[in-house]
Amino acid sequence: MKKNPKQAETLRKVLKRIKRYRVYLALSILAAAATVALTLYAPVLTGDAIDLIIDKGRVDFAGIGNILIKLGIVIMLTAVFQWLMNACNNLIAYRTIRDIRDEAFRHISILPLGYIDGHSYGEVVSRVIADVDQFADGLLMGFTQLFTGVITILGTLCIILVRSPSIALVVLLITPISLFVAAFIAKRTFSMFKLQSETRGEQTALIDEMVGNQKVVQAYGRQEKVLEQFDEINGRLERCSLKAIFFSSITNPATRFVNNLVYAGVAITGALSAVAGQITVGQLSCFLSYANQYTKPFNEISGVVTELQNALACAGRIFELIEEPPQPPEPTDAVVLTDADGRVSLTDVSFSYTPEQKLIENLNLAVQPGQRVAIVGPTGCGKTTVINLLMRFYDVDSGSISVSGQDIRHLTRHSLRTSYGMVLQETWLKTGTIRENIAMGRPDATDEEIVAAAKAAHAHSFIKRLPDGYDTVITEDGGGLSQGQKQLLCITRVMLCRPPMLILDEATSSIDTRTEQRIQAAFARLMEGRTSFIVAHRLSTIREADVILVMKDGHIIEQGNHQSLLAQNGFYANLYNSQFALS
Amino acid sequence: MRKLLVYLNAYKLESVLGPLFKLLEASFELLTPLVMAAIVDKGIGNGDRAYIIQMCLILVGLGIIGLVCSITAQYFAAKASVGFSTKLRRALFAHVQSLSFTETDTIGTSTLITRMTSDLNQVQSGLNLALRLFLRSPFVVFGAMIMAFTVDVKAALIFVVTIPLLSLVVFGIMLWSIPMYQKVQSGLDRVLGVTRENLTGVRVIRAFGKEEEEKGRFSDANENLSRLQLFVGRVSALMNPITYVIINLAIVAVIWVGGVQVDTGKLTQGEVIALVNYMSQILVELIKLANLIITVTKALACARRISAVMEVSSSMADTGRESFGSSEDAVVFENVSLAYKNAGAESLTGISFTAKRGETIGIIGGTGSGKSSLVNLIPRFYDATAGRVLVGGKDVRELPLAALRSKVGIVMQKAVLFKGSIRENLSWGKEDATEEEIWRALEISQSREFVEQKADGLDERIEQGGKNLSGGQRQRLTIARAMIREPEILILDDSASALDFATDAKLRKAIRENAAGVTVFIVSQRASTIQYADKIIVLDDGEMAGIGSHEELLASCPVYQEIYYSQFPKEARA
Repeated sequence: MKKNPKQAETLRKVLKRIKRYRVYLALSILAAAATVALTLYAPVLTGDAIDLIIDKGRVDFAGIGNILIKLGIVIMLTAVFQWLMNACNNLIAYRTIRDIRDEAFRHISILPLGYIDGHSYGEVVSRVIADVDQFADGLLMGFTQLFTGVITILGTLCIILVRSPSIALVVLLITPISLFVAAFIAKRTFSMFKLQSETRGEQTALIDEMVGNQKVVQAYGRQEKVLEQFDEINGRLERCSLKAIFFSSITNPATRFVNNLVYAGVAITGALSAVAGQITVGQLSCFLSYANQYTKPFNEISGVVTELQNALACAGRIFELIEEPPQPPEPTDAVVLTDADGRVSLTDVSFSYTPEQKLIENLNLAVQPGQRVAIVGPTGCGKTTVINLLMRFYDVDSGSISVSGQDIRHLTRHSLRTSYGMVLQETWLKTGTIRENIAMGRPDATDEEIVAAAKAAHAHSFIKRLPDGYDTVITEDGGGLSQGQKQLLCITRVMLCRPPMLILDEATSSIDTRTEQRIQAAFARLMEGRTSFIVAHRLSTIREADVILVMKDGHIIEQGNHQSLLAQNGFYANLYNSQFALS
Repeated sequence: MRKLLVYLNAYKLESVLGPLFKLLEASFELLTPLVMAAIVDKGIGNGDRAYIIQMCLILVGLGIIGLVCSITAQYFAAKASVGFSTKLRRALFAHVQSLSFTETDTIGTSTLITRMTSDLNQVQSGLNLALRLFLRSPFVVFGAMIMAFTVDVKAALIFVVTIPLLSLVVFGIMLWSIPMYQKVQSGLDRVLGVTRENLTGVRVIRAFGKEEEEKGRFSDANENLSRLQLFVGRVSALMNPITYVIINLAIVAVIWVGGVQVDTGKLTQGEVIALVNYMSQILVELIKLANLIITVTKALACARRISAVMEVSSSMADTGRESFGSSEDAVVFENVSLAYKNAGAESLTGISFTAKRGETIGIIGGTGSGKSSLVNLIPRFYDATAGRVLVGGKDVRELPLAALRSKVGIVMQKAVLFKGSIRENLSWGKEDATEEEIWRALEISQSREFVEQKADGLDERIEQGGKNLSGGQRQRLTIARAMIREPEILILDDSASALDFATDAKLRKAIRENAAGVTVFIVSQRASTIQYADKIIVLDDGEMAGIGSHEELLASCPVYQEIYYSQFPKEARA
């Protein structure tokens, strides 16, 4: 087993988390020791019994009876300890991974958004689910087999050594071959398996891409070409799989062969010693069953070591997630924002997602209570980024943002965020009933309030038509609802909260214009007296705003209301007129 | 299910030889206790050293034969299982590709992917293990029993009692635990669900300050999973101790009965040892068999899932042999209706219109009004459930699919690009496109500028799903890909939604200038985008609410008026 410092480090972290269950761990080790001792004792008793069966008329039934009763007790005790050990190991493994999962999840909830945006969901999920699972399997197998395996090997050797040094010598000489063979094969196959899993990954990526986008593949009639690509990878996969599987499956016969050698070795030395009268036939039978028991753990241990290394690698990936630097903690004197008056100001704000690519530079903005602020501009100009900064999903690189005159970094995140009602283009609903989703911001809302909010958002009529009305359970990502219906639910959710400030980021992009028209009226009522930020592509939704910020490349290049901006005849006027331009 | 075995046909020999060599190996293994008995009775009993050495050499010889047999068996099993799964995977992939969208929509993409990958891998390892052990383990168990009978009938009766008892325990625990493992799996699904939900909804959860509640939800799901795992683990942990007890008590019985038989001279000491050894062999095999059955059960479930996909056949027959017509009517819909499979209501009802060669047709309507469904019928992604769709004067069902689709350039709502360079992606449109043609297409799609800015220009790598490009850039490249084919019919299905108004307008202007004679369909929610089309089709709930020019519709179509004025209220007042 290669021990690199990183692996040792991971191991230390794992042990730290297992420490809570040290009582069970101790119990498990005791039970394992007892199991092994008893398992080793059983063949001795069997051998003794066989020694009392010598020949016709020379069988000591009283003696055999005694031994067999003893043997029965030993067997029962072995079973009890074995079960105890298994149960403890189960408990340790499953409780530990439960703790680690909880820890990982708690950590996710304080990770900066930059991390979550920068990693695919699949990757994070696979760390919390698949890696932890693999780790549990490895841990369980490691405990159960490594422990007992090592103890069995040592115990057997000791007993044989005491009883018959010559047999022990034979065993000691032959067993290294087994280890050598297993290690040799494992080393060879490791790179084969790696190649196999890489090729598999390549193939999965191709399948994912081509099946997921079947429409495009068929529209362009690329089936043949794609199949060619698939065949090429498939052929490579066949070759490397065959190699990996065949070579790894040699391990078993090979070690079994070494076992047979040990067996034959014990048989020959044992039998010769028996002829010389040094040991009895019963002892020989005992040694032979040892020879079987003794070599078994060797086969298993080589498997366990790979499994453990694998488990450690998985654990390493989980700890990577857990140790990812969290968002800066809230200062202890963080103020709870209550009754925000709607003043928002940005002073010299600069921000970029990556240092190489500057996005927002020296942005200044002062919003008065109740103002409606619209942000427009071409794709990628930083509109959504401004929202990210207002909600403190990201922290500014320099400058400051304040709400009600207080720097938002001195406010609790919770109070800042709940002061805004936010509707995004990407609708998100959680698994649960429609009612639970609407009442997300105000779990104590009455049914009347919920229905009123739904009516205001024009969601009531479609909700009523669902099989269970407001109690209809929706699955992850909204399941059977259309994009527009999901967006209506998100709007209802905010309508119910009536927060002091609003953020609408392309909030009506998936709703047809007629419904949008009606919702606008409800929004207008909602926005009355509330500071609101609106990001939209459709200039018609923006026209009514008090302040329109025209952004380009991270800067505000124009600012004013609709009329004054049109009069300026600048970028905004250009953008607006393109809607009507003859194309 | 049996149909899958076809793919094993090419490996018939391997599938027979594999288990055969395994049985051979097992037979030699069964001889070992007899040799040992001979050593004890004859060798030690008579003090015959030469005999002992001879017998031990036989043991080594048996070992070598076993090794050879077993490696041969492993090779054949690996060859058969890997070959089988390679052939099956290819057949499955080709089959999925041949399915029409109606089928892939019903089955679901993600499950298709899992079936081609993890399910298939499970089947492969299941088959591999089955070829090696399925015959071997029962053979050893019953072989050991039969060998016991040859040694002594009375003692062998103990085997007759023990084996069914063991089978009962092993299969009982397994039968109980297989459904329990499914429960564990669904518990894991819940944990996964909450985790995923918290990642996709991170903004909303934080905006509503729901972190604490979500932690609670996760903890509950996690605790529930942990309990299930512990419960199942505790019961499964019974398997080893119980089998151990049964086997060893049987050994106790064998020794006692053996003692009685030896006492009356029916058995020798060595034969008792052989009986004990046979019992131990059974224990080892049973443990293997239990593992095998779990793997095989899983593999069978996976095979069932794969065969379910294989049994789905494409509902769209590609039997059209007509050649492309040259009618002036580029696209004609004759009273077309469309109902998707498993959907209750029709998505399109009684649509009729004619698009002349070179015309631009705008299609507008609210969310879910059937805009995409309508244009999807032109390249025959779906078949109309009533009425006819004619392209170039011929019913689309009478044209070969490949020929039809080669005439149509469709740009979909979701901008899809593939891993590879920009050039490779564009070559999907036209295999042998020249540099000049490529740049022209980029120019029309308003992507020239940003492609030029890329460090590697046309050879810039695109990551899977086009992740390293913005939404607008992706959309423009998919338009370029369609333009490069120089299609006779171009369909833009809301494919400029991520573009700002100015770019959108420039794009439309460029298409119009560069694609004379091309019939263009533009689907949009924006009135401004389709305002200047030759004909505008207004859809409302799958029905045609109006067709005509902007002015005509504004005068006569209430749905169009409502859509238009909702976007341009000022003109309404004017």
